[in-house]
Amino acid sequence: MKTLRIGSGAGYSGDRIEPAIELAEHGELDYLVFECLAERTIALAQQARLLDPQAGYDPLLSERMRRVLPYVGRGADGRRRRLRVITNMGAANPLGAAQEVRRIARQLGFPGLNVVAVTGDDVLATLSGDPTQILDNGMTLGALGERLISANAYLGVDGIIEALQADADVVITGRVADPSLFLAPQMFEFGWAADDWSLLGRGTLVGHLLECAGQISGGYFADPGFKDVPDLARLGFPLAEVDATGRAVISKVQGSGGRIDTATCTEQMIYEVHDPAAYLTPDVSADFSGVSFSVQGPDQVLAQGAEGRQRPSSLKVSVGYLDGWIGEGQMSYGGPGALARGRLAREVVLERLKLTGVVFEDIRAELIGVDALHGSELGSRTPGEPWEVRLRVAARCADHADAVRIGNEVETLYTNGPYGGGGASKSVRQVVAVASLLLPREAVSVQIHSEDLP
Amino acid sequence: MSGHKLRDLAHSRTGDKGDTSNISVIAFKAEDYPRLCEWLTVERVTEHFAELLDPHGPPIRRYELPGVHALNFVLPGVLRGGVTRSLALDAHGKALGAALLDLDVRGAAIVADPG
Repeated sequence: MKTLRIGSGAGYSGDRIEPAIELAEHGELDYLVFECLAERTIALAQQARLLDPQAGYDPLLSERMRRVLPYVGRGADGRRRRLRVITNMGAANPLGAAQEVRRIARQLGFPGLNVVAVTGDDVLATLSGDPTQILDNGMTLGALGERLISANAYLGVDGIIEALQADADVVITGRVADPSLFLAPQMFEFGWAADDWSLLGRGTLVGHLLECAGQISGGYFADPGFKDVPDLARLGFPLAEVDATGRAVISKVQGSGGRIDTATCTEQMIYEVHDPAAYLTPDVSADFSGVSFSVQGPDQVLAQGAEGRQRPSSLKVSVGYLDGWIGEGQMSYGGPGALARGRLAREVVLERLKLTGVVFEDIRAELIGVDALHGSELGSRTPGEPWEVRLRVAARCADHADAVRIGNEVETLYTNGPYGGGGASKSVRQVVAVASLLLPREAVSVQIHSEDLP
Repeated sequence: MSGHKLRDLAHSRTGDKGDTSNISVIAFKAEDYPRLCEWLTVERVTEHFAELLDPHGPPIRRYELPGVHALNFVLPGVLRGGVTRSLALDAHGKALGAALLDLDVRGAAIVADPG
């Protein structure tokens, strides 16, 4: 029976590149997928594009493509198994990204590579016609006014399948649901119907397992003495070998670092899932509640038992908007009495902010090493005092000037606060918040583009 | 002496969507799973994270995944505004699962044998 080998070349925008190249070179892959768009990435990319119309795609696109294109198609000598690339690195500018990939392909001597962009996820213009639409945070679109910067629908497999039908070697998208990047090549190669919910559920499981790359092959797993992982510095990225019935075996390139077993697969399957019986994507409502894993060999795990039901009637739209500024300051205290001095420093800063009338919507003042991650109750479970603590004060402010004063007040602890503080740092960043709403499918029109815009 | 923390029986990973966190708790050994289901209740997890939860917010939900001997806890609102607006050092709440593994399981009547 024909099988398909799909690799995962990135789990987020800044991910390692070497393991992706290792997969391209030694994975005997048919497809290599790079998933690089987190919840807010596209809003940040849209901001970059406002400053520079050529920008707005993934900052590592060029470097990744320079490294991987020599393995795409049938390779430089035309004799390799055909490898195709699918990625959402187009972010806020898939057309610009595709143009850049074509430029790199020509430069590297592969002018024949077919690079296809998928558009349609950007629904900002569509939405601005109806300011009464309500976001999941209770605000209306109209209330955001000029603070609204992006609105992108999570697309499903359609545009990618169309691009593959058009014989694309490289498919570049903006916002697409992460598992759809992996489901599309399975549907295309095996001819799965768009309403064969069981198969789509299985293919979505494969996508969900692979979408975070190293997180299933031993990354984000090691806990020395409890869960050991060999050779994390050379972590291998995962691949799935799938057949037409949706049977999938997860593995990695032999000799690479990391581990794949039922434990790593289970952690990744439940990652970012709420109800495992209803994992919603634009393509299917997948059911992972009956999934089980079994080891087939070293670093080889069979996944089975996923199901699916009819897809949702609406598409989720992620809306990015400007929401003030976060000002932050930090200062460390060490040696005997560090905790008491850190606490005193915290009191002083909070009182100063009050005295000087700094306006903020929300504030946190915490001691890193004590109560910053999980609060004071859980943070006090470890006996004894820490040798060092780091005060961190962060506040969200409507005005930039107020946000600047947060870090400044922490910094003035140097000459005005308790004894023995060092290593002050301060920062101010603009808040790009993300909320969501639902849009009927019919309001979205997906298109593919095989040529540069004139 | 080892063997009395949840960490000895199970492992965990935390995910985030908006301001909701989900924490998996996966038994190392399938035979411990029924006891884990019985003992690791929504109430127990709520109590453990009391300081971090909004007392007026929606309750924690629990889902069972018997095929992989795991539980999935969903904590709405715990990320306080979500990754994009949160002031938290760990805005994703990635380390929440590690905190849950500190639960003392001696009351669970699970014979812990990490060897």
